[in-house]
Amino acid sequence: MADLSIVFAGIKAPNPFWLASAPPTDKAYNVIRAFEAGWGGVVWKTLGEDPAAVNVSSRYSAHYGANREVLGINNIELITDRSLEINLREITQVKKDWPDRALIVSLMVPCVEESWKRILPLVEATGADGIELNFGCPHGMPERGMGAAVGQVPEYVEQVTRWCKTYCSLPVIVKLTPNITDIRVAARAAHRGGADAVSLINTINSITSVDLDRMVALPSVGSQSTHGGYCGSAVKPIALNMVAEIARDPQTQGLPICGIGGIGSWRDAAEFIALGSGAVQVCTAAMLHGFRIVEEMKDGLSRWMDSQGHANLQAFSGRAVGNTTDWKYLDINYQVIAKIDQDACIGCGRCHIACEDTSHQAIASLKQADGTRKYEVIDEECVGCNLCQITCPVQDCIEMVTVDTGKPFLDWNHDPRNPYHVAV
Amino acid sequence: MIQPLSHLPHSQEDPATLAARFSDLAPPLNARQAHLEASRCLYCYDAPCVNACPSEIDIPSFIRNIHQDNVQGAAQKILSANILGGSCARVCPTEVLCQQACVRNNAHECAPVLIGLLQRYAVDNAHFSEHPFHRAAATGKRIAVVGAGPAGLSCAHRSAMHGHDVVIFEAREKAGGLNEYGIAKYKLVDDYAQRELDFLLGIGGIEIRHGQKLGENLSLSDLHQQFDAVFLGLGLAASKQLGLSDEQAPGLLPATEYIRELRQADDLSQLPLADRCIVLGAGNTAIDMAVQMARLGARDVNLVYRRGLEDMGATLHEQDIAKANQVRLLTWAQPQQVLLDDAGHVRGMRFSRTHLENGRLVTSAETFDLPADAIFKAIGQAFDDNALVDPLARELKRQDGRILVDEHLRTSVPGVYAGGDCTSLDQDLTVQAVQHGKLAAEAINAQLMLNVEAA
Repeated sequence: MADLSIVFAGIKAPNPFWLASAPPTDKAYNVIRAFEAGWGGVVWKTLGEDPAAVNVSSRYSAHYGANREVLGINNIELITDRSLEINLREITQVKKDWPDRALIVSLMVPCVEESWKRILPLVEATGADGIELNFGCPHGMPERGMGAAVGQVPEYVEQVTRWCKTYCSLPVIVKLTPNITDIRVAARAAHRGGADAVSLINTINSITSVDLDRMVALPSVGSQSTHGGYCGSAVKPIALNMVAEIARDPQTQGLPICGIGGIGSWRDAAEFIALGSGAVQVCTAAMLHGFRIVEEMKDGLSRWMDSQGHANLQAFSGRAVGNTTDWKYLDINYQVIAKIDQDACIGCGRCHIACEDTSHQAIASLKQADGTRKYEVIDEECVGCNLCQITCPVQDCIEMVTVDTGKPFLDWNHDPRNPYHVAV
Repeated sequence: MIQPLSHLPHSQEDPATLAARFSDLAPPLNARQAHLEASRCLYCYDAPCVNACPSEIDIPSFIRNIHQDNVQGAAQKILSANILGGSCARVCPTEVLCQQACVRNNAHECAPVLIGLLQRYAVDNAHFSEHPFHRAAATGKRIAVVGAGPAGLSCAHRSAMHGHDVVIFEAREKAGGLNEYGIAKYKLVDDYAQRELDFLLGIGGIEIRHGQKLGENLSLSDLHQQFDAVFLGLGLAASKQLGLSDEQAPGLLPATEYIRELRQADDLSQLPLADRCIVLGAGNTAIDMAVQMARLGARDVNLVYRRGLEDMGATLHEQDIAKANQVRLLTWAQPQQVLLDDAGHVRGMRFSRTHLENGRLVTSAETFDLPADAIFKAIGQAFDDNALVDPLARELKRQDGRILVDEHLRTSVPGVYAGGDCTSLDQDLTVQAVQHGKLAAEAINAQLMLNVEAA
């Protein structure tokens, strides 16, 4: 079986599956259950200065799919609402009892040197393996000048990271907020401040739905609501892009990345790793199904790695980064067109109407003698957009086939149709 | 050759036509069907289906694995709880076990996740490059298993996993027990029982000796002396008797005997065909017998039971199979007399009408005759007392004729364990036998290792 163990920013763990700083890692009871279930590490729910935060009720709301499957969760819970002393005591004991697991402590205190100087030695004394700076929490805490309010100002990110490297010998992971225009700017700031790694993404500002009877957004606190942080499988595409952006940025080259955002299966994790993550953090999937999900994630990842001949995670970590580039470097002469497997087609017509109404009118609907319809791609009209394949409910029924155009590789930089093209 | 029916003709159908009638009753799922079906699973916590499974398979986990394209992982999850998960997926009465318990089997939906078929999909489609379970370091302990049926095989596999060496003593030519000799052919087709056996033996450390029968050329005393522990998975080798005169007449025989021959036959057209037949009984074996005779071409198959449909041991699903095969279910009738022709062959049976009086079954004076070329008894199996005749075997405490065991499958004789149908514990189901074998192996291992530590 493949070796799932990792050393991430100097932190060892038996597997790359860590629980993100969130309600599931709020206290020893949960964390112990997570370790018993097999998680490789946890990031303890964010500690702050006393007095502890106070939370409201209710706190979560969800965005659902057609079969009531949860696509994303929105939450308005703040950092830990337990005292610093209790958290530190529990962290010390848990780390002592579970020496082989990664235990990272998430921190958020005011953007003042004294505050960081005060809390860091206390955290280091617990025996924890590292700290994660919560510069991402998008709800509640920014109103007090913390969380995303720090993460959105690169100078603050750099400054606080530097304080942490000064007053603490543990590896420092800077957790980034996606509520920013260019994620690379924040990553570079963390890098300049001496961060050992970045983790991303934190949650995205969101409102999941509105109760139209009560005219209040969800989750509601009485008759009011506020925006929360969005997470779950729906944010995975956003997170993957941000991870890739940092992974391929020359200015942060080699900076370890802990991927977070909608990871719920071994395949999700493998994708984050392929785009440059050295470890991953999971929260929503565990909140929906319990800690046991790590069992299938480890099993599936390990078997997939075996099938690919990857002995360990380094064997494929970052392997998809090189193939991720700017639009201007793509081959403009590359061409695919859709091909429908008529034997597999169930005749639902979804490909036809999608193409007819919203794309390129490239799928013909042909009435057959028996009254059924046959759907055929009009090759000359097809631009290879993939929409028919996406909308088709039958897997592998529509294949996007590469067409030999007889033309050489050509990118937009060199395309004569580009007024600013570079002459070859 | 089925001696009691040697006077009957054979089917006139060609072998291929007959064979086609005994193909899979419930065809396997293809990949798309399995994926769709897996997506219907709600991944319950503390799932009712798991609680309903005698072998405690983690059903939500294996289905989630299927849905995540991890068929291997799914299969391993199943097999780690039930090494005969492939045959159980086919023969389990899921309609009264996991699928009955499925939360999607509610009144609004009435559509349980097809757990049995998903389990079969996982086990059938997993391709292991080597046996998925590894043996622990050799312990030097030797375990004797009597009977290579589901209970014995399960015990042997788990014991081999713990590093013990196992010798299985089997009376018949082939191992597999009822999977090989007793299940309706259309439920367990081809040579699946043997292929599953080969897979199971792939763990190593298990030797099977055939032609070894307890009470004949094998004694419990000897085994007890020669091995560190003994597991008895003897099954129920004897068929219950009607207690009528002429019960030995040609044309009257236990259903199990015919089913055994049918399962072993390469050419079904060589089997004797009872164009008009009677099956006595109300369990799944009775249904299996009746349906198989109907599929062989019998035109008049009557299944007769002394009580009502609702009292039948066969599940509603099984009764539906019978009806779909034109088997007539006659209830409230009790055998009175075997009717013979001039040659002494069975020509039919006389029944008395029955009814309940104050909760007791009584026969009335009213009788009726049913013509038949053969009568198959499927009124239950019993423990074969001839197996337990040596001095040590006689010490085994019994309950209702079967071997008494505790929840750890221990008999009254230290070092001797028993499981499956030959015990008084739980229902007579393949999956239950597998669980018994597994639990017995764990109990044996715990005991043997305890002794090692103490030594």
